Amino acid sequence: MNRFQITTQPIIVEDIVKKVEKREAGAITTFIGTVREWTAGRRTVRLEYEAYEPMAVQMLSQIGAEISAKWEGAEAAITHRVGVLDIGEAAVVIAVSSPHRKAAYEANEYAIERIKQIVPIWKKEIWEDGEEWIGDQLETTAYPNGKPDLEKGDSHD
Amino acid sequence: MIKVLLFAGLAEQAKTSVIELDEKQAAISKIKTLLKEQYDLHAIDNAMIAVNEAYVKENITLSTGDTIAFIPPVSGG
Repeated sequence: MNRFQITTQPIIVEDIVKKVEKREAGAITTFIGTVREWTAGRRTVRLEYEAYEPMAVQMLSQIGAEISAKWEGAEAAITHRVGVLDIGEAAVVIAVSSPHRKAAYEANEYAIERIKQIVPIWKKEIWEDGEEWIGDQLETTAYPNGKPDLEKGDSHD
Repeated sequence: MIKVLLFAGLAEQAKTSVIELDEKQAAISKIKTLLKEQYDLHAIDNAMIAVNEAYVKENITLSTGDTIAFIPPVSGG
């Protein structure tokens, strides 16, 4: 069972949750990132995701390892979808189990923030009136330090 | 031969996601210069670089069989 995956198929949330179920867990949190129709008054028709798959899986696994190191007993499973997605579909599902709920909530939020920093996945917005690769635009500053913050997981805050 | 992988906007601009460079050895700086000259890919300066699927920060030299990937700012989630 691989807890960190890239898939072209619709994600079944229950499958991801099952990967982190265990008798020591007192909580499981799930996050579902979905395709939003309206962004700042502009209408999205659909999204297209692309991944550098072998590296993306490695980076998702690294995030899982960071979580287990930062929150004792916490375990994560993450699946990110690629290809063309319609409005409302799940692009990413994150499940985190832990002995207590606070860690499960915190670690889950940490996972999505880290995905946006280090995992080589790109989103193309297809608008009613055009299309663009997000993250490749001048108005974004995805790498404020000129590189993804690979070492952030080592610091404890 | 050194394999170059491009993604997202970079692949679109180059009109290909894989470029094979007929070089036995080449430093990253040389590869970047080639891509700028031949494909007008100036945006590679904003990309992170991975060699054989691991991020690198230094200007290392690649050899035949190596794969270099230019990773534009990511936008997963």
